[in-house]
Amino acid sequence: MRFVDEFRDAGMARVLSTKIAELCEPGRHYKFMEVCGGHTHTIYKHGLEDYLPETVSLVHGPGCPVCVIPMGRVDDAIAIAERDDVILTTFGDMLRVPGGRGSFFDSKAAGSDIRMVYSPLDALKIARKNPDKRVVFMAIGFETTAPSTAMTVLRAAAEHLDNFSVFCNHVTIIPAIKAILDSPDLRLDGFIGPGHVSTVIGCRPYEWIARDAGKPLVCAGFEPLDILQSVYQLLRQLAEARCEVENQYARVVPWDGNTKALQVINEVMELRPHFEWRGLGFISHSALRINEKYARFDAERIFALPGVRVADPKACQCGEVLKGVLKPWECKVFGTACTPETPIGTCMVSSEGACAAYYNFGRFSRDRVKEATRT
Amino acid sequence: MSQDLGSSIPTRANWAEEAVAAHAGAEHLTREEQVLARIAKARARKPKMKEQRITLSHGAGGKASQTLIEAVFLDAFRNPTLELLEDGAQLATAAGRLAFTTDSYVVSPLFFPGGDIGDLAVNGTVNDLAMCGARPLYLSCGFILEEGFPVADLQRIVASMAAAAGAAGVQIVTGDTKVVERGKADGCYITTAGVGALEREVVLSAAAAQPGDTVLVSGPIGDHGVTVMLARGELDISADIESDTAPLHEISAAVLDAAGGGVRLMRDATRGGVATICNEVAVAAQVAVVLDEAALPVRPVVNGASELLGIDPLYVACEGRFVTVVDPAHAVAALAAMRAHPLGTGAAVIGTVKDDPPGLVLLRTAFGGTRIVDLLVGDPLPRIC
Repeated sequence: MRFVDEFRDAGMARVLSTKIAELCEPGRHYKFMEVCGGHTHTIYKHGLEDYLPETVSLVHGPGCPVCVIPMGRVDDAIAIAERDDVILTTFGDMLRVPGGRGSFFDSKAAGSDIRMVYSPLDALKIARKNPDKRVVFMAIGFETTAPSTAMTVLRAAAEHLDNFSVFCNHVTIIPAIKAILDSPDLRLDGFIGPGHVSTVIGCRPYEWIARDAGKPLVCAGFEPLDILQSVYQLLRQLAEARCEVENQYARVVPWDGNTKALQVINEVMELRPHFEWRGLGFISHSALRINEKYARFDAERIFALPGVRVADPKACQCGEVLKGVLKPWECKVFGTACTPETPIGTCMVSSEGACAAYYNFGRFSRDRVKEATRT
Repeated sequence: MSQDLGSSIPTRANWAEEAVAAHAGAEHLTREEQVLARIAKARARKPKMKEQRITLSHGAGGKASQTLIEAVFLDAFRNPTLELLEDGAQLATAAGRLAFTTDSYVVSPLFFPGGDIGDLAVNGTVNDLAMCGARPLYLSCGFILEEGFPVADLQRIVASMAAAAGAAGVQIVTGDTKVVERGKADGCYITTAGVGALEREVVLSAAAAQPGDTVLVSGPIGDHGVTVMLARGELDISADIESDTAPLHEISAAVLDAAGGGVRLMRDATRGGVATICNEVAVAAQVAVVLDEAALPVRPVVNGASELLGIDPLYVACEGRFVTVVDPAHAVAALAAMRAHPLGTGAAVIGTVKDDPPGLVLLRTAFGGTRIVDLLVGDPLPRIC
């Protein structure tokens, strides 16, 4: 497939793998965090760790939009969906996420009208077709998906589709990275920066990470070669005693971001004073809500929501996994009480969640499969 | 799922030690390997139906479907024939050995490029018989129709059933019709049952796979699933692709003729796709199935649609493709027999069976890495970004 195969070339990967090994200082262990869940997915799906020396480990970060949604917000969305006059729409990844009283799938089986959409514009289509229903789009995601939600609100306003509204759960990446850097238990050597978020916000917002926090960051694409190259660039910075923000994904990410997309977000949304992240707790100025001007499209103002904060199950260690403090398999309930069939934590639900990626793709002993996969 | 989930989960601070105790001789394992051993043990437990209600996942062919079948149906109906959970039951009668199977069809939309619910309902049941090594003979059909369903559509469906039955050499010899009130069904559902003659000596079973065996597939995978997804029109993607629905009785007989006793099993890759079949083999035979991503036949259009939607063609349904596991000495003959048939021109060797680690399907990725290919819980859910 064009534009895909070029970035999955095994020969090129072997070359990069050798170069990466050469850059590693003997005896030194390197820890890089890939911030974005999309990267986690790519790493496991393509078996990328096979190309890294044992002294380079990748730590999975908080950038999985489904994983960071707290249980209380799931319950709020289900409470909206349970109303007879409502069609709730959301992305497929969200459907299995457990709230305090079950998942969207459970609520759908019990009679709620919950539909999976691929884009918020699909939700708008449903609103047009069902003028007697109130169609709510549960919006999730970082700055990557916020512009499309904002555009959809603008479209709804232009068409006077007043039966459409958004339950806004958009979050912002920079406060999450700050929270990681403030975490005392984690020693990182650098970041693999979130490529798709950066197509919107650009690379400039990361400059403080290199300047003030002293960690190099390479903004990376999502194909396996992109990630290997980013690891190479990080190691190279360390070897040359540099600490900078570099843009590996320049084919898509402009340094200053997408100003139009940012304008659209600013037109429709504003920062919340604080927002709860699953496992990370309340983080100030870390999420977006619909602003006053578009209040009539804000599901939080239209519907009376329970708004109850639901504590994570005691056994759930998603917070530690999201912060990269624990590897997925180090969680006490990983793979036994918490599985993709009956997830306790969000990290086990989304295919971008570190636990689901490890369980579905990486759940094997590398030593044992060496023999099995020998050609 | 109950509210106090947290308190009901055993939090075992000494889980690593427990894992070691549970696996005598496991002291040499790393901590990660101990966890993996503990997970393998948890997965081997008898499946339990935890949900209060049926969800769509229970119909998707993945883990939830398996749990439903094993914890509800198998538990209630248990007998040695059913227990094998093959595509069809293999019965010994005074008149000889018979294969017997049934399947229901609820596809939406009813008509799609390359076929409709009618030929699907005939081919699907013919294929389940063919996968047992049987010659398909007779079919029954049950219709559940929704009040208001256009007769012209019904006639169109029935005509394609008749054509498919003719092509497969089977007769539809009995049937039933029920009409339900508007809103109680989605137009038209069909259930077919089929009987076939087991005239060969071979007994095909997922449990028969052995280390060293070769895994083959009869053609490009995922065509049907992607066609139907696109035909629903929700994605605004159009592509030049048709369902692969076809009767497999001839091509499977050709494989049996060519590779005879070397054929361990044949399964058509319907719901859950090739990945699910390989998992069934790995678990039933307690072997490792190692697939080679670069060898998987996938049409560029299926690959493209899957990339866009964030799903994996390995899990996408086919309706005219099958996976077979054969003794390596017969692999060349089996592949040649497939390729000699019009339905098998795209056949390929896609992997091998190994002894360790048992119960797992491994994939050598085209990129050169390794990962496992697990069962999905339900339908593949698209990723958001």
